[in-house]
Order: sequence, then structure tokens, then C-alpha cells
Amino acid sequence: MTQLALVIDLNVCVGCHACVTSCKEWNTSGSAGPLCDENPYGANPTGTFFNRVQTFEIGQYPNTGTVHFPKSCLHCEDPPCVPVCPTGASYKRKQDGIVLVDYDKCIGCKYCSWACPYGAREFDEKQKVMKKCTLCVDRIYDNSLAEIDRKPSCVKACPASARLFGDIHDPESAVSQAIRENAGYVLMPEWGTNPANHYLPRRKTNMKIHEDELERSDNPLKVDGLLPKPGKNEPTLDDFS
Amino acid sequence: MNPAFSVIFLTTLIGVGQGLLLALFTQQSYALFDLLPQQEARFYGWGALLALLFTVAGLIASFFHLGRPERAWRSAAQWRTSWLSREVIALPAFMGVLFLYGMTHLTGFDPVLLTLPSGLGIHATVMLGGIATVMAFALFVSTGMVYACMRFLQEWHSPLTVINFILLGGASGFTLAAFYAALVAPAQAGFFAGWALIITLLGLLGRGASLWRNARLKPKSTLQTAIGIKHPRIVQTAQGAMGGSFNTREFFHGKSESFLARVKVVFLLLAFAFPALLVVLDLSSPSTALLGCAFISQFVGLLAERWYFFAEARHPQNLYYRGVS
Repeated sequence: MTQLALVIDLNVCVGCHACVTSCKEWNTSGSAGPLCDENPYGANPTGTFFNRVQTFEIGQYPNTGTVHFPKSCLHCEDPPCVPVCPTGASYKRKQDGIVLVDYDKCIGCKYCSWACPYGAREFDEKQKVMKKCTLCVDRIYDNSLAEIDRKPSCVKACPASARLFGDIHDPESAVSQAIRENAGYVLMPEWGTNPANHYLPRRKTNMKIHEDELERSDNPLKVDGLLPKPGKNEPTLDDFS
Repeated sequence: MNPAFSVIFLTTLIGVGQGLLLALFTQQSYALFDLLPQQEARFYGWGALLALLFTVAGLIASFFHLGRPERAWRSAAQWRTSWLSREVIALPAFMGVLFLYGMTHLTGFDPVLLTLPSGLGIHATVMLGGIATVMAFALFVSTGMVYACMRFLQEWHSPLTVINFILLGGASGFTLAAFYAALVAPAQAGFFAGWALIITLLGLLGRGASLWRNARLKPKSTLQTAIGIKHPRIVQTAQGAMGGSFNTREFFHGKSESFLARVKVVFLLLAFAFPALLVVLDLSSPSTALLGCAFISQFVGLLAERWYFFAEARHPQNLYYRGVS
């Protein structure tokens, strides 16, 4: 069983919103119709987005860190939004685990959005149907694109490669390895939704350097012991060769 | 949650309709066993049509909730998994039986369908009334479970939600039945008023219990679990949108805590205290006007109650929309 998902590395995300604009551009241009905006150039622009980047400040000044947090549908393995849909417009694909909305069946009752603890679904105020991230299902299987382009739009756009895409059920995939080796976690595990998308935590790379590692132990100028032992700041053989 | 008036009117109006049918059939059942005098067929018939009127009004209100009302027929499809779908089926089914119940009374086509061993004949109206009663409860359970089934809306995820839908709908229906009887069959008004008082007080008990429970709920989700960062101090500085989004509009009522507290007092007074008082006064000195006021007060109070029911539910997605800098 395949479960496609995004793995988002919070250690790498710089909060540039390239994934947001790229997502919007791709998904507003497809055959499913636009992601409608209201007052796009007005004082209070608002509209339908599949992906948003939020920013949080962690800690107390001066010990603070800024975390940029991209947020989209997590394509839960046990999605609470799907069984509540009265029409069957919301469904989870068996073949790849993507949670989708059939815009032609949706009656716009918004019940699925109430059933999503993450607020991942957005109601399109002009088309009057519920919308959400499709993992660019109209892109990742498009054989007319070069293989390298068959990825979600947000993944392609990320300049820092903070977004990985792949099958989290395949233990050898890059996403599975990233989750395994970098302590990937899911959001709100307390609800048992089993999200497919994972996040990689902020992490600092520390290196402990011991005193003796600062000195080359096999320095030939020091090894034979015939010459007077040079000081630490004296040149070694490496400085000449 | 941000209360939607379409759903507030849907749930309160059909609750009155269901409660009125339950009241009428309760009286008819008593009469079947000679505990109360059997009323004319017109009493039950027009009462059932009055109940139908309320359910039709509720159904119309529900359409205003839909973005695509022309596709509403599709919503009966997922009855295996969706309580909303079950409600969508249960409502017209109840309305259909209610209509038949009223029409069998009004047309006088009321054959004996079966005879009990005791020799008691079960007429078509009794059979239909029984089916309508079962359908009324099925609809109450479906409506309540639409909200009670969502586990992360902790304020709703409780058997009290379903119990309160039954009690509050029942109370308003019996109060309306008392008013209706006072107009057309004054001898029966006391019977309905007595039950209305009992169910109103039970409703107060149930709603009080859920208010007590909800005031003590500890949210399972925190900002720490929402973004997966374990630090006691996290401050949001950007929401990903400047002019608001569906997430900021749909899941928060936008009112202050003190406004909520006032609505709570208002609905406790209008839906429970005033109607109970007016019904007690009516029981001591019968008056149609008192019962009319009791019903209007209770219905307005239940509108406020339902508004509060939505507003008090704290959706965990609001954790992602706590502030901007």
C-alpha cells in the first residue's frame, strides 16, 4: 500500500512563502477551476489556499527562535473528514492514500471542515465547495512532464529543499529515511488521525572537539623525538607540503 | 465554532416539530388505555400538520446552510458512515410519517390494523403514531450525533449532547402542545403543561450538566502538540494570511467571553426559568396567553441556547490562529 506524503523540514524552512505562491499558481490554473480570491488588491485580501506558512516565535527574549511552519492537508491515514461527508465527495484514494474532494459532488455543507482538527480544508466562497490540498494529483502522474517535475508544486518551488515528497510506506524511500533518521513527527497525535505528512524538528548540529584533537598526533616533526619538541604554534610538516 | 443561523433554526424548529408529535401521540396513547378522554380526530390531525409546518420550516432553514443546495439530494448517499447523511434521511422520513399520521386523522381513513389479545384494536393512526414516535427519536439521535460524534470537539463529544437534543426538543414540543390544546381542547392543556414542566426541568438538568462538564474540560490539544514544538512559551507572529481566511471566519464566534456569559444567562432564563414559571402559573390558573408566552419564550431561549452550543465548542484548529504581530 502506497501512502504519498510530504515531509517538511522545519530546520530548513526559511519562511519565504514560495511553496504558498507556487501551490496557488498551479492549483488556480488547473481544470478544477480557480482558487477564488476576494479583494485581492483591497485592504483585506482573502482567498482560498491549500498551503499556508505560519510563523511562531519560541522562547523568551533573548533566547528566542523563529519557526516557520508550512501548513497544508496532512492526508491522514485515518482521516476524520472522510466518513462524515454525507455525499461521498470527500474520499481517500486507495492506490496512493491521497485525500481528495470531488468538487462536482460537494454540497458545501462544511461538515468535513468541522471534522478536521487541523483546519486543513478551506471553503471556496465563490464556487461554494470545500477545497483542500490534492498533493498536486494532476501533476505527479502527468507523463507529459519530465520525471523530475512529477512532484507537488510546493516541493518543486522550495529553494531550500525543506519539502520532501514520497511514499512513507516504503521504508527505503527518501521520506521514510528522513522521518526515521531525523526524528520526524506528526501533528496532534492525540486524536489518532495518523497523519501521513510528517515534520522534521528544529535541530542544532553540535560537535564536541577534545583538546588532543587539536594537535596532530602523528606529526613527524614531533614523532622521532630527535629535534626539540616544537611549540603548538610552530609550523608542522603540513604547513610546508 | 462560529454559530450558523441556518443550523440553529434547523435544529430548534425540527425539535419543536418532533416534540409536538411526541406530545400528541402521548395523549393519544393515554386515551387508547382510557387514561384520558380521546380527542376528536381534528385535534390530532391539525396538531400533526402544525408539527409538520415546523419541520418544513426547519428543512427550508437547512438549505441556507448549503453552498450548493441544488445538490442536496446527494447527501443521503453516505448513511453507512455519516450521521449527517442519516439525519438527512431521517428528517424527510419523519415528515412523511407525520403527514400520514395527520392525514389518517383528518380524512377519517383509520381502519383497525390488528387486534391485541386483550381485544384492543390498533388503528392505523396508532400504528402511524408509533412509527412517527420511533422516527422522531431516530431523528433526535441523528441530529445529536452529528455533533456528538466529533471527538476533538470535546464540548460536543458527550452523550449529554444527544440527551439534550431530545429533552430540549421535547420540552419545546410539549409546551407548544399545551398552548395548542389551550386553544382548541382546553381540557387537555393541563396534561400537556404538566409534561412540558417536567421535560423543561429535565432539560435544565441535562443542559446544566453539560455546562458544568464543559466548564471543566481540559483541552487535549495545545499549541505544543499542534506544531510539535515542546516549549512552554510559543507566540504566533504570522497566520499565513492578512485579511483573514476561512479558518478565522468559520471556527470562532468573534464575541467576548462576557458576551458568551450573558447569552448563557439569557438562555437559562428564557428557555427554562420563564417557561417553567409560566407553566406553573398556568397549572394553578389556566390561561392560554400564559402558555403562548411560555412557548415563545422557550423557543427564543432555545435559539440562544443553540447559538451558545456552537459558540462554546472550541475547535482545536483555532490553535493555529491565535495571533499576529
